[in-house]
Amino acid sequence: MSLIAHLARMEAVETGRAQPLATVRHRHLGGRPLVLVPLTTAGEAGAPLGALVGTDPDEPRLLVVPQPRDRELRFAFLAELAEEVLPYVDGYADAVELVERNETDPETGKKTKVEVELCADAPQLIVPSRAGIEYVRLLGRSTRFRRTAEQDPDTPYPAPPRVPLLGRWLTHYGERARVPGSSLLLAATDLLNRHWATGQSSLEDQHLGALLAWIDPYDDEPGAEGAHRAELGRDSRGQLLCPPAGPATDPAFDNQLLAPAIEAYDRARQAVGAAEDGGTADAALAALHRAEREVRRLVLSQLRPTWGATWRALGLLRQLPEGARVPDRWTRDRWSFTAHRDRITAGEPPQPRRDDAVTAAAKLAAREQAQGQLDAQEALDDPLVLAGRRLSGEAFAAEVTEVTMAWTESKRPAPRPLLTVRTEDRPHLDAGVKVYRSLGGKPQSAEFARREEDGSLVLRLLDRMGRSKEPAEGTVPEKGERISWTLFEHDARVGPKLPDPEETPWTHGGPPRSADAELPDAVTPEDLL
Amino acid sequence: MSASLDDGGSRPPQTTDPVPTPASRRRTRERLAELRGPAVPPRPLDARALAALAANPGCRRRALLDGAGVDKAALASRLGSPAPFGQSQFAIVRGNSFEAKVKADGGRELLRLLGVEDPGTVAVPDLSASGPEGRTARTALALREATAGDGWTLLDHPLLTLEVAGSPVHLEPDAVVVDPTGRWTVVEIKSFPMVDGAADAAKVGAAARQAAVYVLALERVAALTEGAEVGHTVLLVCPKDFSNLPTASAVDVRRQRAVTRRQLERLTRIEEIAEALPEGLSFDLEGRSAEELSAAVEAVPHAYAPDCLTACELGFHCRSRAREADAVQTLGRAVRGELGGLTTIGAVLAAARGDGAPGSGDADGPEGGAPEDPAVAALRRAWALRQEALAGAEAAACR
Repeated sequence: MSLIAHLARMEAVETGRAQPLATVRHRHLGGRPLVLVPLTTAGEAGAPLGALVGTDPDEPRLLVVPQPRDRELRFAFLAELAEEVLPYVDGYADAVELVERNETDPETGKKTKVEVELCADAPQLIVPSRAGIEYVRLLGRSTRFRRTAEQDPDTPYPAPPRVPLLGRWLTHYGERARVPGSSLLLAATDLLNRHWATGQSSLEDQHLGALLAWIDPYDDEPGAEGAHRAELGRDSRGQLLCPPAGPATDPAFDNQLLAPAIEAYDRARQAVGAAEDGGTADAALAALHRAEREVRRLVLSQLRPTWGATWRALGLLRQLPEGARVPDRWTRDRWSFTAHRDRITAGEPPQPRRDDAVTAAAKLAAREQAQGQLDAQEALDDPLVLAGRRLSGEAFAAEVTEVTMAWTESKRPAPRPLLTVRTEDRPHLDAGVKVYRSLGGKPQSAEFARREEDGSLVLRLLDRMGRSKEPAEGTVPEKGERISWTLFEHDARVGPKLPDPEETPWTHGGPPRSADAELPDAVTPEDLL
Repeated sequence: MSASLDDGGSRPPQTTDPVPTPASRRRTRERLAELRGPAVPPRPLDARALAALAANPGCRRRALLDGAGVDKAALASRLGSPAPFGQSQFAIVRGNSFEAKVKADGGRELLRLLGVEDPGTVAVPDLSASGPEGRTARTALALREATAGDGWTLLDHPLLTLEVAGSPVHLEPDAVVVDPTGRWTVVEIKSFPMVDGAADAAKVGAAARQAAVYVLALERVAALTEGAEVGHTVLLVCPKDFSNLPTASAVDVRRQRAVTRRQLERLTRIEEIAEALPEGLSFDLEGRSAEELSAAVEAVPHAYAPDCLTACELGFHCRSRAREADAVQTLGRAVRGELGGLTTIGAVLAAARGDGAPGSGDADGPEGGAPEDPAVAALRRAWALRQEALAGAEAAACR
């Protein structure tokens, strides 16, 4: 974090309110995101306890597993989640635009233009915290290899029909969340932390309730007090006033409220099994429903505050204007969504447990490039981010004090005007270093020529001035103009393209990819996970 | 095998404190008992607390309270900042049943995880004895017998001691395996899953730090046992994927062991901290008001950093104290590192604004800061750039 961000945190301490870290919104927020607030059972991997899910803040759907160790109930939960998520995802699959793309014909090697489909918009998933993103990955991993009765009639514990498909989508979203700047799956805490600095450490910033107490306090309460209450405040029964944003629950809630309720549910289920005649069976069933309602009520009491907080966070972010280059990054997310849609339609097997060497290298390269692109785009979109780069000598704002025309000495002279600029910043410039400015959204480059005695810098403009001898109008800055220059490129350079998997030499390809789909996880006869 | 940490007679000569004699040790023990409250039994340090202590070795408050065996959770509640730690009974039940499963079949399952398919008979000696001293002695005896023998031995929950900052603490690893060549391997059984051969890195790191403490404690015993060697690779056993089937991974803890060892050596000796305290001070919860307890805690300096919140019961108490003092490290250790000599938030802001007028901090600090100080110059530039960007954005919004 830069010194500027540290100062913002200190100002937040002084004023008791969060301070801006950005002047525009750097992440895409769709018109109809799907919010998912999951809860998990302590000590069990991938044993969901419940969730609130939906696209309407006023009408979430509550899913609860009254006994998380029961496989059937877990499957029922996942089937319900699939019922909620998959129609939402499918709703974006059909509206497409046609885009021209260059493709090389594999046989002739000729480049041809092909029209391909690009989904006009993509579904967006929002979870409350970073742990929620990990949980989405985990849910995806735990379900995508499950076999349904249709796929494999002999499977001992078949999963409900759409559950493996849900797993593939959750896996894709979890994987995409690792690409810097992507917005398919976002955590509310990450979104808030990107745009505001609180008066606490980044560790404490992972608590959604505390974060909101700094950014959007009730009744102008100082942030530190509100955050402290959100972290530690408990009611007369010892329950947290602000339940954790999950997926882990508060141990006090587990021990005092949830465990007795689940036990009562288990007893009621046994009573139903043991009932001998119609009268006792009806009474036992009624007791079972009561017990289940009680577990649902408890789980909802833990989910509801987080649900509200997540939507509050989205509301805060919508107040910021979107950064100019955010749609460009969202288009990449749409490509990612479209590609996965096509893989599923083509009947490809689920994502493997581990990427092979070629895929892993490609992913790493893509993420690296995305990081460079994100850094550059955020700085160009937002003067506050650019200020950080100026402080570190990677950019400078300068006023043009003189423009001297000059040309190349070739047969057809091209314009190479010299700009004398004055700046207070301290860019790390050596002779020949290239600098860039944004000209109508496109980068125009210049080269550092020399430093004058009075401290002014002389830059030689290199491109984007048209083909004629005289530069096109508006392409050369005028005297008195104030321009931000960056030392980094605006479009992060794409490294040499990786060869296709078939072309990758055996030294770099890793073990050969097996053609068979991966086997499902082993299942144990006990219901215990 | 290196010398153990605590054999007082062979402590390195560079430390200035006198070699503790049995009499001085007794005096320290008495003093610590006084601090804890004579009627209160000392609270044993678990390895997790030890590893956390080693993570913040500069904190005298934590060192003293842990060394004296004070119940910090109860103390924190009395001070009005109860520790938010607790364990869900679901996790405990699950952890216990998983551990039982791993140790089932007379230890053969565990040895299979170590890669030994046919261990012959596995000795599982009975380690029960009365009191921690008895159990420690029983453990040492069992280890000696196992090392002398030529078969596999599984020690289920042995008890070890390690001297930390001058006072002994008891440690209980999940299991120790002794192989026919006399090599001892620490086994750590955890209930977080290993999905596709990889577990949560943070949890594995914590387990490795914990196991490193066990390795250090075992080395003490090994130094006195002929033919014994402590493996620096421990066996981490976790549930496989989403099942309750165990899977294991060998974790090299050489680095954690070296770090922990160095941190433990750096720990200020508890007797020094105790001696610096005024007479009559006590952390006994009985018959003391919250104010008195708070004053007692204040008498020992803390070294708060945000990661204390997840490791120490007093984290929230120290945080509010650090915030009252306007200390910059409440925002993170990294922040502190970049600010040179400026230690309060008020001083930093005053320096950044360059107004020379004291901010909200204390008046003694280097207020305003000398402009020639590079840290101050950087702050001023950062401040000016931030203000310029914010003003520009505001102007753009008004247009």
